[in-house]
Amino acid sequence: MKHVNFAKAAVIIAGLTLPGAAVAFDPGATECIAPANPGGGWDFTCRQVGKTLQDLGLISGTMQVTNLTGGSGGVAFAQITNKRNEDNNVIVAASSATATRLAQGAFPGGTMDQVRWIGSVGADYGIIAVAADSSVDTLPQLIDQVKADPSSVAFAGGSAVGGWDHLKVLSMAKKAGVEDVRTVKYVAFEGGGEAITQLLAGSIQAFTGDASEAKGFVDSGDIKVLAVLAPERMEGDFANFPTAKEQGIDAVGANWRGFYGPGGMSEEAYDYWAQNLKTLYDSPEWKQVMETNGIAPLDLSGEAFQEYVAASVDEIQTLSREIGLIK
Amino acid sequence: MEALSSLGDGFIVALSVQNLLLAAIGCLLGTIIGALPGLGPSNGVAILIPLAFSLGLGATPALILLTSVYYGAMYGGRISSILLNIPGDEPAMMTCLDGYPMARAGRAGEALAISGIASFVGAFFATWGLVFLAPQLVDVALLFGPAEYFALFALAFATIGGVAASNQMKSLLATGFGLLIAMVGVDQQTGVTRFSFNNVHFYDGIDFLVVIVGLFALSEVFIFLEHRSGGGMDTHSVPLGRTTVTKKDLVDTTPAMARSTVVGFIAGVLPGAGASLGSFLAYTLEKKVSDKNKTFGKGDPRGVAAPEAGNNAAAGGALVPMLALGVPGSGTTAVLLSLLLALNITPGPLLFQQNPDVVWGLIAALFIANIMLLALNLPLIKLFVKVLQVPTRYLMPAVAMISFVGVYGISGSTFDLLVMIAFGVIGWLFRKLDIPLVPIILGVLLGKLMEANLRRELTISDGDWWALIDSPLAIGIWLFAVAGFVAPIVLGRFFRVKEKQPFDGETLDTD
Repeated sequence: MKHVNFAKAAVIIAGLTLPGAAVAFDPGATECIAPANPGGGWDFTCRQVGKTLQDLGLISGTMQVTNLTGGSGGVAFAQITNKRNEDNNVIVAASSATATRLAQGAFPGGTMDQVRWIGSVGADYGIIAVAADSSVDTLPQLIDQVKADPSSVAFAGGSAVGGWDHLKVLSMAKKAGVEDVRTVKYVAFEGGGEAITQLLAGSIQAFTGDASEAKGFVDSGDIKVLAVLAPERMEGDFANFPTAKEQGIDAVGANWRGFYGPGGMSEEAYDYWAQNLKTLYDSPEWKQVMETNGIAPLDLSGEAFQEYVAASVDEIQTLSREIGLIK
Repeated sequence: MEALSSLGDGFIVALSVQNLLLAAIGCLLGTIIGALPGLGPSNGVAILIPLAFSLGLGATPALILLTSVYYGAMYGGRISSILLNIPGDEPAMMTCLDGYPMARAGRAGEALAISGIASFVGAFFATWGLVFLAPQLVDVALLFGPAEYFALFALAFATIGGVAASNQMKSLLATGFGLLIAMVGVDQQTGVTRFSFNNVHFYDGIDFLVVIVGLFALSEVFIFLEHRSGGGMDTHSVPLGRTTVTKKDLVDTTPAMARSTVVGFIAGVLPGAGASLGSFLAYTLEKKVSDKNKTFGKGDPRGVAAPEAGNNAAAGGALVPMLALGVPGSGTTAVLLSLLLALNITPGPLLFQQNPDVVWGLIAALFIANIMLLALNLPLIKLFVKVLQVPTRYLMPAVAMISFVGVYGISGSTFDLLVMIAFGVIGWLFRKLDIPLVPIILGVLLGKLMEANLRRELTISDGDWWALIDSPLAIGIWLFAVAGFVAPIVLGRFFRVKEKQPFDGETLDTD
């Protein structure tokens, strides 16, 4: 009961101190569902966002983080759509992986329009890299090799076949003119780090993953980044590496981080969350979090985010159909 | 001796009052977390990450706290293995095999003391290995591609028959059952779900923690219930025995500890092998080398020392690829890695140069934590063994409660609880049928990795099976595997007559 009292007290205090900033909707006690175990990416998103929202005074009290593990996010998705469809106080951490699963129908009966997509808080852009001693220097060279003999280049990444690291390569290959993307060889490892180790060990020829996963090896010069799959040059450590676009291949792969809420949440609540996430995103505090954690910019909220997710679901569906993962 | 002077600087960092206090808290929490079935090092560390953040700890103190928890949990796991026959965490599983029979024979205190010392030895030398060999070991890790990993897991499975001596067919059955469980979920290499029955809860596969807690802890509760309703025995009437180690035992177990430390450390260093493989190989190796009188599995102190030295050495070894490559060598280091990233420290080849204070402070803290743990654990044995005096009718409900809370606390999923109960029933049934439980867990833990590596290699080689024996290292490991599998069959013929005599069946299960 202590928790409730504390939340109430916090509401009162917030009301007293911020009379001018009153919004039409006040959720009171808030909750963020991380659909994975503590320590993972979704958990991190919930905790960092919760903490920053509180520091900024945007929510009253602390945001409770609930870990609801299972089905790569499917269990949390099912709980929101089945049991908490009208809950205004809850948001769920999501990422490109969530969109991928939804696109491939991996949440039974789940589709992206059953929930409201609230906003993004950043992204991790994809990279394509080879070992430092590789003879390949540019992305088009690598693509030429794939076109000449697909079996000569094994791409490795940290996600399962059909997962985000795999789809990134396929999408890139397709835009580069590889006709049958099914021939592109992909090997799934437990995580980006393991995949890079195998790149260094010489078992595989190319790495596909997120920029943050590769940072340590880029700094040490062990791997050569051929292309960053971002719309424009990144800042910081990756500023020296060209985008795929600069090399004539118009491919972008953003592993975004963001949130969705229950489909039946009120318009006021939706606006409240979208606006708060937008305020959070624009704050210097969040810029600091992004910088320390290597999160790249991706600023979408409300309807814009909804459309973005819809477009990415469409693209993933098309690709997954082409490789025969879905019918 | 640059490493030594850096280590000296590390001790200066680690020996502040705050850091010592954090190490002490971490050791204590870790021991408890390790001892509780359902909570292992990886979720223990994961649960405490938010605490480290909310305390506003800097990078080094946060790491010191959490690695103390990590080492502490590796120590603590043995306690419930020995006293209750319930592994506190997955690498402590092998410690059940000889630890529990020792406890039944009134030697619980000794078993705890020996395993405590073995844990210290394993962790101590592994930490030295981390100091001096980290750069060279990275090169060793790079020799291991999917083909070599596949051979390594094949080696583990080839020697699985040695674990439970009684009935090889039953071991095989249990291993097969474990492999079957490992198949459930999304297949990494095709993205297709297997054995999921269109149930979203099965998509990620079945968590081995749920399997372990169900098979070991809950089945124990069911066995108790069964005996109770039949008016069976209530309290353990086990004498507590000494809580110190005799010089003889120490001398006897020293070679076991030495061998196991090396084996465990190597398994830890290889990302994708891990502590469970370390303690498993340490045990089977020790059994092969020194089980002359067939005392393993019946309460041999060496059978306690070997897996404990092995899994603690593996814990130290797993820090090598984590720090030097940014690649987790175990579930716990994967969680630690995410902490490092959140603290804006990029693990990887440059970590030793870019953040020497963090790395060496951490390594110094490991030495300190290890000594603290030994100092904490040996006197507490007197307290631990008291658990055996708790009447079973109080102990078993507590075990059940801890199992439920532990599993639910991690995943927040009631479905996992149902799965756990199902495994409890299966465990109960298997105990009745005298089917060993350890091979099931090994099947679950290692089977998935073995399959993944086989299929990775075949994808890379375009389906050419010869690629599996394409390097001298792979061939070498295969030779060991074949020898490990064939030797007992051939040699067994000579010893069979002697073996058959007094003991019957498994000492692993039931009471």
